[in-house]
Amino acid sequence: MVGAAQGDAAAYHALLGALSTHLRGFFRRRLTRLPDEVEDLIQETLIAIHNQRHTYDPDQPFTSWVHAIAKYKLVDMLRRHGRHALLTDPLDDAMELTAVSDSEASDARRDLDGLLATLPDKQRLPIVHVKIEGLSVIETAQLTGLSVSAVKIGVHRGLKALAARIRGSA
Amino acid sequence: MKTDTLIDMLARGPVAVDAGAARRRFAAGLGWGGLGAVLLMAILLGVRPDLFEAAHDPMFWVKLGFVTVMAGFGLPINLRLARPGARLGPLPLGVFAPVAVIWLMATLVLARAPASARPELLWGDTWATCPLNIAMLSLPAFALLMWAMRGMAPTRPRLAGAAVGVLAGSVGAMAYALHCPEMSAPFLAVWYVAGVAVPAAVGALLGPRILRW
Repeated sequence: MVGAAQGDAAAYHALLGALSTHLRGFFRRRLTRLPDEVEDLIQETLIAIHNQRHTYDPDQPFTSWVHAIAKYKLVDMLRRHGRHALLTDPLDDAMELTAVSDSEASDARRDLDGLLATLPDKQRLPIVHVKIEGLSVIETAQLTGLSVSAVKIGVHRGLKALAARIRGSA
Repeated sequence: MKTDTLIDMLARGPVAVDAGAARRRFAAGLGWGGLGAVLLMAILLGVRPDLFEAAHDPMFWVKLGFVTVMAGFGLPINLRLARPGARLGPLPLGVFAPVAVIWLMATLVLARAPASARPELLWGDTWATCPLNIAMLSLPAFALLMWAMRGMAPTRPRLAGAAVGVLAGSVGAMAYALHCPEMSAPFLAVWYVAGVAVPAAVGALLGPRILRW
């Protein structure tokens, strides 16, 4: 920020990039119920940081300055939403929230791996490559040695089998 | 719009910034506001004719001093509230301490005075106009300091508005002390404090509306 204040555009660009990552974490933890607002809020906060950069005093800790702006924009947004229930969420002890969401994601991942392991290869591989890794059908066919139509059929039948198993186990 | 695009856009413009702008703006607000208060006082109310004799009375300096101390602490408080994340620390004590001292003096003076003299000490001759005149004299500083604060980023707008009011009120009271004939501690403890409280309350009311960013 000090470099940026002296007109170093490259340092400033790098700083804003790092801040956007930091803010994404900051807002995600606090907006678990409004995930769609996170990106808008990041942008709003970056604009505020940009417009108010003259209010930063180099003798002052930079993070507390950024956090104060981020919190101000967060409260502002919540107020606009008029969701008073959200305002009662503890803004500061968000540790618990992250812990929960992190383990939820890994739990889901583990469940999916378990279910996939029960499928035969010619259904499992097409699902892993096409649906999870996001390859095209043709790339998957080249990778696995299956024909294009076998990949399509594998995905289709595999998903059906997975759905049946989830219903069965639930 | 993508966040990365936004960052490119923000970093492309001129990024250099004038770090001393905030202090200069508040200093200008305080300077011109003080000058405006003294001019208003001289034109509308008039400097007390016995100012030079009054300057020999220690109470004159108590009167001028306690509001000067309030202004002296009010300025750094304003500068802190103008910046996101800056902590106030013990600074607000500097505003409340002079009030506590003058209240203590008032209590002692009232306790020692004979009962028949107490109403005169408390009400003086000008109690009805004193708070309003102080509030009126604080107007130039109030407007200029509010403008200075608006150019900053107060994250607690109500408190920031009140702080602008306290500082402007203290400046107004300093100017008014050059006109005001009252010299008793109980009078100062009630009516001067009330005079500063008026712009402070107005600032607290207006803050959330005009200091948004």
